[in-house]
Amino acid sequence: MLRLEKRPAPARGWIIGAPILAVLLTMVAGGLMFALLGKDPAESIRVIFWDPLFDDRFAGFSRPQLLVKAGPLILIAIGLSLGFRAGIWNIGAEGQYIIGAICGAGFGLAFFPSENPLIFPGMIIAGALGGWAWAMIPAILRTRFRTNEILVSLLLVYVAEAILATAATGFLRNPDGAGFPGSRNLARHPGTDNPEIFAGTGVHWGVMTAFIAVIAACVLLNRHILGYQIKLAGQAPRAARFAGVNAARLIILCLGISGAVAGMAGLFEVAGPAGQISIDFNSGYGFTAIIVAFLGRLHPVGILLAGLLMALTFIGGELAQLMLGVPAPAIQAFQGMLLFFLLALDVLSNYQVRIGYRTAA
Amino acid sequence: MIDPVTLIVALIGASTPILLAAIGELVVEKSGVLNLGVEGMMIIGAICGFMTAVNIGFSWSGFVAGAAGGAILSVVFAFLTQFLLSNQVATGLALTLFGLGLAALLGEAYSGISPPLTPDLFPQTLQEGSAISSIIFGHDPVIYLSLGLVAAVWYVLQHTRAGLILRAVGENHDAAHALGYRVVRIRCLAIIFGGACAGLGGAYLSLVRVPSWTEGMTAGAGWIALAIVVFASWRPWRALLGAYLFGGIAALQLRLQASDITVPVVLLDMSPYIVTIVVLVLMSSNRVRATLNAPAALGKVFHASG
Repeated sequence: MLRLEKRPAPARGWIIGAPILAVLLTMVAGGLMFALLGKDPAESIRVIFWDPLFDDRFAGFSRPQLLVKAGPLILIAIGLSLGFRAGIWNIGAEGQYIIGAICGAGFGLAFFPSENPLIFPGMIIAGALGGWAWAMIPAILRTRFRTNEILVSLLLVYVAEAILATAATGFLRNPDGAGFPGSRNLARHPGTDNPEIFAGTGVHWGVMTAFIAVIAACVLLNRHILGYQIKLAGQAPRAARFAGVNAARLIILCLGISGAVAGMAGLFEVAGPAGQISIDFNSGYGFTAIIVAFLGRLHPVGILLAGLLMALTFIGGELAQLMLGVPAPAIQAFQGMLLFFLLALDVLSNYQVRIGYRTAA
Repeated sequence: MIDPVTLIVALIGASTPILLAAIGELVVEKSGVLNLGVEGMMIIGAICGFMTAVNIGFSWSGFVAGAAGGAILSVVFAFLTQFLLSNQVATGLALTLFGLGLAALLGEAYSGISPPLTPDLFPQTLQEGSAISSIIFGHDPVIYLSLGLVAAVWYVLQHTRAGLILRAVGENHDAAHALGYRVVRIRCLAIIFGGACAGLGGAYLSLVRVPSWTEGMTAGAGWIALAIVVFASWRPWRALLGAYLFGGIAALQLRLQASDITVPVVLLDMSPYIVTIVVLVLMSSNRVRATLNAPAALGKVFHASG
């Protein structure tokens, strides 16, 4: 008979070991899934995890893509992790990402065809403000009316998608686009574009911002009173209250920060890799970032690594689709599985597994 | 012009998937477990039901398969949260993300197909006649099943020993454990019941409501079901009211889009979600009501240490 015994503190080894083991178990379970789909499991796993980085034919294209895809994931996940640590569940990052992109793109398009170098910084600010404002809805409803922020933030994703559909077919549609849905191309217009900063690396301003966010989050969590309050509120809410932590302020700050960075991520995407506001430019980064945040143990450096790994599964997934005909949704299921294994293995860091019944002490 | 009788019939149809999912989740939450994976279980139910009904040829087999699919997925949640003591919020989210991916994978070959028809329970002659009879008799069996389920859940929770035990587990798992009740077992059963209900709701969506399979077709129905449980203050009949209220807005919204009344489509598209948010705010703004009705142990991890 297996028995669980609570550890006084989470085991350090397992905090790092559990995500690695989860990735390995996901590879096994994913291989099984690919085998059921009639693909060679070992080859599928190799195409997803190895070929994008080390295969001569693909690495040249795939390696820069890694940072392009990891950038938004890391940026959003860093924002989310602050709230998750404090027990504030913003799961509507996808909506904040969309609204940020619309606001930022709208700012840029308002000055079209100007190529003033100040437009792009203005777009970034507009994007951040858009995402921030969208996240303020659940934040204010939570602090004023105690409405569950999980449900509100999630439901607002659907509202944001409806707004995106109108933006792409209505108020942001390209007037020279012959009636096709989608805005003007921001990426091909100097002044509104989010270019690759170092040629051949995939690093655009969003990736730079993501790296800055990782450093800022490290400093915040380890060196700043706010970071301490976030950790305290998550681990011991009652103690936090007695210590004078203002719960409402924390909710506003955590949701606001995560909304603002998600909005920025949306803007960087729409002005760079995606290029324009279209009905489906958002590729679910806001939801995948939740997995990234957990996979990274809500730790900034962990999130950096997790974001790169998750980006690899995206790129590898596309490659597997191309080379082996693995269906696209298989990758999404694969990522979901990873989160399952991760949550399941958490038990090892918080509890000690003992065999046999408890003997009388 | 919008005909009130067809609107009411459409309203009942539009509400049923959400009602089924909500009544299941209500039982789960009454046992003290917050399962945010309703959306994932619904969509798995939708595709499992659709695949089975198309391949076997009878819609009832699809409903059974949908419920089974939802229940199987909920077992994963039960195992992770009850035996491996994982965080319920995160695990529920994982269930939704995984469910959406898996359903899309399973359903790749099934888009653009029509499922077998689900016949109405009562013969056509009974339905014709007056407006009342078409509202009472003009539905398929699942709608009557959903109403029966609401009554059954209400009766079991309020008037039976089993219901009392379930509520005790949800209010204070440590006390229930001390009394000798199997907290983990009771919660697992509740979770599986919730999964089966959500799966059935999903199958209803793909087999009757739409009726076809498209990726991501639940479009937030599972999240709305979660909101309806809060709206209902964890009471079965109030969940029925909430689901029908919501279904009314959804049905009216679709009718308005088809009619020539000039309301921007974007407002109509987002109206169900906005109304849900507004109702949530109204319900939760009353502190006494909100805290008194919620099961006290909702979302807390149970670990028998003694």
